[in-house]
Amino acid sequence: MTAVGTITRAGTAPRTSPGAAQIAGVRPQARPDVRPAGRRLGLGRPIPAAGLLGVVVLVGVWVAGSATGLIDQRVLSAPWTVVTTAGDLIAKGDLQENLGVSLTRAALGLAWGVAAGVVLALASGLSRVGDALLDGPIQVKRAIPNLALLPLLILWFGIGEPMKVITIALGVFIPIYVHTHNGLRSIDSRYVELAETVRLGRPQFVRRVVLPGALPGFLLGLRFAVTGSLLSLVVVEQVNATAGIGYMMELARTYGQTEVIIVGLVVYGVLGFTADAAVRLLQRRALAWRRTLED
Amino acid sequence: MATHAGGLSATPVATGTDVVAGAPAVAVRGLVRAYGEERVLDDLDLELALGEFVAILGRSGSGKSTLLRALAGLDHGVAGVGEVRVPDQVSVVFQDSRLLPWARVLDNVVLGLDGVGRRDARDAGRAALAEVGLAGRERAWPNELSGGEQQRVSLARSLVRSPQLLLADEPFGALDALTRIRMHELLRDLYDRHRPAVLLVTHDVDEAIVLADRVVVLDRGRIAVERRIDLDGARDAADPRFAAIRTELLDALGVERKDVTA
Repeated sequence: MTAVGTITRAGTAPRTSPGAAQIAGVRPQARPDVRPAGRRLGLGRPIPAAGLLGVVVLVGVWVAGSATGLIDQRVLSAPWTVVTTAGDLIAKGDLQENLGVSLTRAALGLAWGVAAGVVLALASGLSRVGDALLDGPIQVKRAIPNLALLPLLILWFGIGEPMKVITIALGVFIPIYVHTHNGLRSIDSRYVELAETVRLGRPQFVRRVVLPGALPGFLLGLRFAVTGSLLSLVVVEQVNATAGIGYMMELARTYGQTEVIIVGLVVYGVLGFTADAAVRLLQRRALAWRRTLED
Repeated sequence: MATHAGGLSATPVATGTDVVAGAPAVAVRGLVRAYGEERVLDDLDLELALGEFVAILGRSGSGKSTLLRALAGLDHGVAGVGEVRVPDQVSVVFQDSRLLPWARVLDNVVLGLDGVGRRDARDAGRAALAEVGLAGRERAWPNELSGGEQQRVSLARSLVRSPQLLLADEPFGALDALTRIRMHELLRDLYDRHRPAVLLVTHDVDEAIVLADRVVVLDRGRIAVERRIDLDGARDAADPRFAAIRTELLDALGVERKDVTA
């Protein structure tokens, strides 16, 4: 017996644990916390406000660079110049107006694209005929860069708002379709069997099994879609627009106002970041049932 | 999944008309199921009386799971002939608990019942959960439960449908030995209270003897041995009669046994 105990003790690497001091009634030195050294493969404790940390560091570098003169003002305006310019633009009402126009475009395109993507994914994911008819063309569309369609879309829909919204929607529906379809097709067939044994009707089957099962895929697609919508927004706003953040930047370029261009870029960045954070929050809420590496 | 999609609305092979008193709960006649050239079920006849508890034993590939799937109406596209009559209300308990991970425990229990009388269904679901000892866990996610608890939820899901026939496909196969013993007691208890006909597929001889009224040994798609379990009272593995039945069944399963009595 003693021999066994000795061997076990010898095989463990003594290690003090940070937890020992926190246990009520146990003095840290009184009893050693000896445990075998095991390698942890999970991600460990989450860093507070992890999502913002990298951005803060980057802005810090920008501030430092501008303050020390390492960054030329003509190449990249200083952060405080950008802030005051933004202040001026807000005071004049330009920024809000253009932002409103841009947001409406992105939101409309996103809404139409998400709706189309989900409907198409369901149609092709739930029926063999739908799959045969829809999946091929959509994969072809996927292979054509959205921006390459722009000349054709301008010819068809003109240069007004419909063209802009349609272009954004066309970029959005692809990731939604691909990821929702994939999520739907990878639903475990055992759940389909279960649905059969409890005699779910087709609407109930879609509602209780298909949609929640495809939700993780859909939300992943939504993250791509949101960033994609902003990407398309930038492009369409520089095609003969008369309002919007992109128009504001184009105008600034002709007048050589670097700081306004940077305000526009910052707005695009903040938009993208906020939208992505919102989708991730939604993801965490909607997928509370999952236990993943992230937890 | 779409391979199954076509069968979703399909009813079991043949749904029995109202079960008349005296008529068997399950009637299988001349059942053949084949995968390619191989006949997994070969002209099988089987009857279950109302409220009878039958265990099907067999080695892997003996056709026991194929039989259960045929009774559950889950074998779309499998070639075969023969007649299968089952009651209207059939519940299936699988080896895995098969709970929808994205639905809370109570939602899993009442899955598919919330069309008409949604409130009644949920009350019945709560009662069923209480019956399997999981009162208060209605709002839990399946992931938060232990394997044994998940299987109890799956039992509750079957019970709440008041089945006339309960099909169980090695329901305790994935559980540890201690949990399994507790689940045997629970299943027997629930059976005594609700009296559905039960067809339990298992490869565990002791489990079959502890639980069933009758044990059927399948071999190459046919019934090799049928044995009524006429042990009264508590069924104890230490009982010499228990041991005798076990020996008989193990022989039927073709298990060579060394003489360990010495």
